[in-house]
Amino acid sequence: MELGTIEDPSSSTFTLSEEDHTLANSLRFALNQDPRVTFSGYSIPHPSEARVNVRVQTTGDPASEVLRDSCQDLMLMCQHIRSTFDQAVTDFTNEKGLKDMDIKK
Amino acid sequence: MEKGSVWDLPDVPEGQLPPHIQLQRTRVHCNSDAPTHTENVQYSGAYSSLGVDNSLQLEQFRKNFRVDVIRLEKEEMEFDMVGIDPSLANAFRRILIAELPTMAIEKVLIANNTSVVQDEVLSHRLGLIPINADPRLFDYKSENDDPKENNTIVFKLHVRCERGSPRITVKSDELKWLPNGSEFSLETSAANSTSKPKTYTSFHTSQETLHDFSKKPIAPCHPDIILAKLGPGQEIELEAHAVKGMGKTHAKWSPVATAWYRMLPEVVLLKEVEDERAEKLVKTCPVNVFDIEDVGKGKKRAVVARPRGCTLCRECIREDEFKQDIALRRVKDHFIFTIESTGALPPEVLFTEAVKILEDKCERVITELS
Repeated sequence: MELGTIEDPSSSTFTLSEEDHTLANSLRFALNQDPRVTFSGYSIPHPSEARVNVRVQTTGDPASEVLRDSCQDLMLMCQHIRSTFDQAVTDFTNEKGLKDMDIKK
Repeated sequence: MEKGSVWDLPDVPEGQLPPHIQLQRTRVHCNSDAPTHTENVQYSGAYSSLGVDNSLQLEQFRKNFRVDVIRLEKEEMEFDMVGIDPSLANAFRRILIAELPTMAIEKVLIANNTSVVQDEVLSHRLGLIPINADPRLFDYKSENDDPKENNTIVFKLHVRCERGSPRITVKSDELKWLPNGSEFSLETSAANSTSKPKTYTSFHTSQETLHDFSKKPIAPCHPDIILAKLGPGQEIELEAHAVKGMGKTHAKWSPVATAWYRMLPEVVLLKEVEDERAEKLVKTCPVNVFDIEDVGKGKKRAVVARPRGCTLCRECIREDEFKQDIALRRVKDHFIFTIESTGALPPEVLFTEAVKILEDKCERVITELS
């Protein structure tokens, strides 16, 4: 992973190696929903090279900071998804267990 | 939608989208020719002129996000994920297919194969057998690592069809787990007969003593996968070494048969469809989305009974008759997710692991940035 920055820190391109649409598209989603971002997008320069370029342009804040915050947001979302999912699964199995008991009565 | 003057539109309270824009934002409209409003509006300031904030608010996400389990079996599950962006749903799907590790046979040492199945074909078939071992208990084996108890699982297969006996079908239950590693000795070590003969693996301890393997021995997930057929006098003797890997290297390491999602179909009757027309409508739908409801006085009315079953074949809006009466839509943030596991891990564990992997990816970017 490297950082390509010129004098202006508010717009940069980040190269994420060993990554693909999986992370880049999710990141683009998180970045675009940040009010500080004026433009963000990603590209895969060559399909046989495992790397993506993520472009971030902001209203003034350093792009790396905004990208970091977006990653943080994504992580928090993932944590919430995981806990919600686990809860749903336990609820489902408990309910199913109860139903099975009713049949035996 | 009927065309009219802008000035006739009702006033919309500040901070809320007008109903037609809200509909375009949250639904894909499936028309008889092509779907419209398929895009997802992600930009935070997209509706700022209407006084609506479209930015990502975690609180809002936490409140709206919902998971409903529909079906949960040993190897298959279906659940609804509501209130999530397709980019995330797709990330989970991609991770499930390509980036979750499993164990699969990678090296096959063939001592004898006189069957009609060629060595390379047999090896390929062996590779695709799902193995019932938790990949989280093993390490990745790199090119120059020695095969050890923490990165390799060894199986033996020795089947012989005696002369004069009927043909044998070799199935995956013939693969016997060798917890002590390979039994084939390396040719070079034959010279010094004093020490234990060196084999193709260097296990220090038996895998049976590790984890819970003694209670739950490692074996193929399914005992009835056909590997080869042996005629009288034919024999197969081989050893198969399974290692940890990921689906993006080879599909044999993919922990899922498939993982897919579809958006929730929404079928709306815009006008009442009654009597003969109702019966005709029920008949046109090949998946029985509609039902007939009696409204008294011998009158009948069509109702949408099973919108989930809609495959969006658009048969009902193909002819002009019902075009104006029915709206077929898809809910953009409601995903019906299905996971079919190959058997190594249950589907609900696979999904939580997939979410963890996306988290790890984010964390990696954060540490690289700071």
